[in-house]
Amino acid sequence: MDVWRDARHTDPAPAGVSEAPLSASSRAARRGLVGRIAKHANGTPRRWIPLAVLAPIVLAGCQLPDFGAYKGATSQGQDAFKLWQGFFVAGIVVGGFVLSLIIWAVFRYRRRRHNQDLPRQTQYRHRIEILYTVLPLLVVAGLFTFTVITENEVDAVPRSQVTIDVTAFQWGWQFYYPATGKVVVGQTLQEPQMVMPVNEAVTIHLESADVVHGFYVPAFDFSRYAQPGTVNVFNFNVLHSGVYRGQCTQLCGLYHSLMLFSVKAVSPADFETWVHQTSGHHPSIGQLKAQIHAQGPGA
Amino acid sequence: MTDVITPPLTGNGIRGPEVIEAAPHHDHHEEHGPTGVLKWLTSTDHKVIGMSYMITSLVLFYIAGIMALVMRLQLSSPHASLVSFAQYNELFTMHGSLMLYLFAGPFAFGGLANYIVPLQVGAPDMAFPRLNALSYWLYLTGSITMMMGFLVAGGAASFGWVAYAPLSNATNSPGLGGDIWIMALILTGFSAIFTGVNLVATIFYLRAPGMTMFRMPIFTWNMLVTAILILIAFPVLTSALIMLFCDRHFGTHIFSVQGGGSPILWQNLFWFFGHPEVYILALPYFGIVTEVIPVFSRKPVFGYKGMVFATLSIAALSTGVWAHHMFTTGLVLLPFFSLLSLLIAVPTGIKFFNWIGTMWRGQIHFSAAMLFSIGFLFAFLMGGVTGVMLAAPPIDFFTHDTYFVVAHFHQVLFGTAVFAGFSGLYYWYPKFFGRMLREHLGKWHFWLMFIGFWVTFMPQYVVGLLGMPRRVATYPSYLGWQSYNIISTVGAFIIAASFAVLLWNLWISWRKPEISGNNPWDAHTLEWFTTSPPPHHNYSHLPPIRSERPTWDYNHPDAPAIGHGEGRAPSNSEKAVVSS
Repeated sequence: MDVWRDARHTDPAPAGVSEAPLSASSRAARRGLVGRIAKHANGTPRRWIPLAVLAPIVLAGCQLPDFGAYKGATSQGQDAFKLWQGFFVAGIVVGGFVLSLIIWAVFRYRRRRHNQDLPRQTQYRHRIEILYTVLPLLVVAGLFTFTVITENEVDAVPRSQVTIDVTAFQWGWQFYYPATGKVVVGQTLQEPQMVMPVNEAVTIHLESADVVHGFYVPAFDFSRYAQPGTVNVFNFNVLHSGVYRGQCTQLCGLYHSLMLFSVKAVSPADFETWVHQTSGHHPSIGQLKAQIHAQGPGA
Repeated sequence: MTDVITPPLTGNGIRGPEVIEAAPHHDHHEEHGPTGVLKWLTSTDHKVIGMSYMITSLVLFYIAGIMALVMRLQLSSPHASLVSFAQYNELFTMHGSLMLYLFAGPFAFGGLANYIVPLQVGAPDMAFPRLNALSYWLYLTGSITMMMGFLVAGGAASFGWVAYAPLSNATNSPGLGGDIWIMALILTGFSAIFTGVNLVATIFYLRAPGMTMFRMPIFTWNMLVTAILILIAFPVLTSALIMLFCDRHFGTHIFSVQGGGSPILWQNLFWFFGHPEVYILALPYFGIVTEVIPVFSRKPVFGYKGMVFATLSIAALSTGVWAHHMFTTGLVLLPFFSLLSLLIAVPTGIKFFNWIGTMWRGQIHFSAAMLFSIGFLFAFLMGGVTGVMLAAPPIDFFTHDTYFVVAHFHQVLFGTAVFAGFSGLYYWYPKFFGRMLREHLGKWHFWLMFIGFWVTFMPQYVVGLLGMPRRVATYPSYLGWQSYNIISTVGAFIIAASFAVLLWNLWISWRKPEISGNNPWDAHTLEWFTTSPPPHHNYSHLPPIRSERPTWDYNHPDAPAIGHGEGRAPSNSEKAVVSS
């Protein structure tokens, strides 16, 4: 299954890591845990630990670390990312509280060898039981409120100038620009590239030509199913130009693992130039599917 | 175990002053009928059937575990070619199907519940013993059918354990493998439905005198609720599978767009089964933990009634959250399913606080069973916290179908079915055989598994957030995902080592038995009142049942539960014990 050796071109910077606006340190952070620790060691060492635990609401997401998620390269993704930070802090606080109770109980109340007396057989303490029923309800109410606010922002589809029709198929992607008739299409490791303008609302119409696929751009903090017979509509406002990797997330058959694509965000002027160039000869989805069935996946 | 009080009673032996006759006709000689293999083949005894269920499901658990190891090896390098794309798709489909349909569920409600519930309610057998036998044989037939998938041309089913339409139709997944998978699930589905009927009837109609609903052990309560959920959920799955089979073979277009059908209908039907199913898999294991923690803390369950209502709330909510698996379809009402999913955290939280409250000021004895239950608390807490995150659609959008979700549901299901499940095995093994499993090997098993569990699944959260999708046989080599996958693979082999220890433990404990006595744990519930192993008809005599801890009450008449429940106020002798 050694498909990756020939798949990549000479460019050493991988598609998903080469977002232009990222600083060197955050690029290191993207590489993993080591990078992330280094980042905190360089910049604000450990300051986030007490902050994250003590003042989550006051901080409102601005001083918090990324907790492993992408910061969101679109305005929608940034909203989702802030909700992620909020949930993560809530998780640390609530989970940490319960965890410390468990650990305390386990270590404090282990059986002492000399003590053979039975412990007090307490079964009910109504006040405390009501307390730990009502408090979680309040936490849930808070989480739900923020969820709905974010969800409405992420799912909003205001009017936009640019529309792209995305069609997923086994196993590749087609990006069609109805305004000019431009088409980009490719299968598996050909990694077709969707070009879009930055700082502008772009509406995506997503559907599938066969089975259910998942349209997922990790750096956008977003995914949506591509389904047969249903068109999903959503907006992206990409904030920074760059190339972002994408991949199918929903199991779609044999070459699901290889169903890659990328998104290239360019300036509106560059986009206009690009979208007006004719796409030239390109295969149809049916031809690509026949090709992959006959010859297997490939660049 | 020397410091544990052994009860003064053996089932057929000494009679306490208040012991009542269970049923007069059980006094004749118990062992009649065939023995040996013929006994296992023909028995309608719930204990024999329960044991058959447990052994079968454990064998399938080991097989599915080996599949997981193969997949982990494949993922340890982006260049690995241990299996092909097609084989990889078969492996994760069968791993999921075996673990969820054939191990986690049947081990609990076919195995443990079958064995324990009639004993806990003081019944001689299940309500419908022959239906019970039919359940087992359907389950075994279904399991063998499922495994046969590997033998047919085209291989086993490869559309994932969720079989999303239209990937699972005859065009996209031709071949016998898919049909065999459907048939296997219909067989085991009927087995589950029959067991559900049996459990409900047994719990409603065969409880011993004095065993009111609010004196049933939490394990029995949870099995009752699980059985009701089975009756709600499994017929939907079976129907959907029949529709899928018709689409594949009889020219219907229920799930295909071309014929005017609706692919999303499959997801709705499947998850309307699938989400209650998650609690069908979880509630029995919550029940096990709620048996083990009180016994090894030497205290009653804290907030018993709250625990029952929490279980009922989880069951009620679980029938209204199915579409949180479908947030990214763009076709469901996000706020409704998000709210109901978040609300499940409340009764689950109540359970956590009740478990902690049970340990609070107890005398915790770290037996292997207790260690596994404590391990469950840690694992399920982590799985629960990430579950709350996934209940928020905007977060689900970027974690759905990534390794973040894989890590989440493995922590939940491994926490329940494996940590809590093996807690139950170590706890009830003496009940089954009158022998002990080796405690020190049990502790080795626990610690290896506990370490392996975190090493395996924590890196998966990280790599999922970086964007690694689930169900991929390979991944781009230039993204830095390999290190996390290697750690995860190492963890999987640590878990495998822990299960080698379990095998050794089962072997050595069988070959060189250590006699346990009837009640080695000074346990609370009725099943520990009879002999270990129990006689054919379970009880010749029963103690008076005045709380959910009849055996404890019999052995510790001066230490009833305190609070606003059914227990009395502390007697003078009880106060004396506390103050001393």
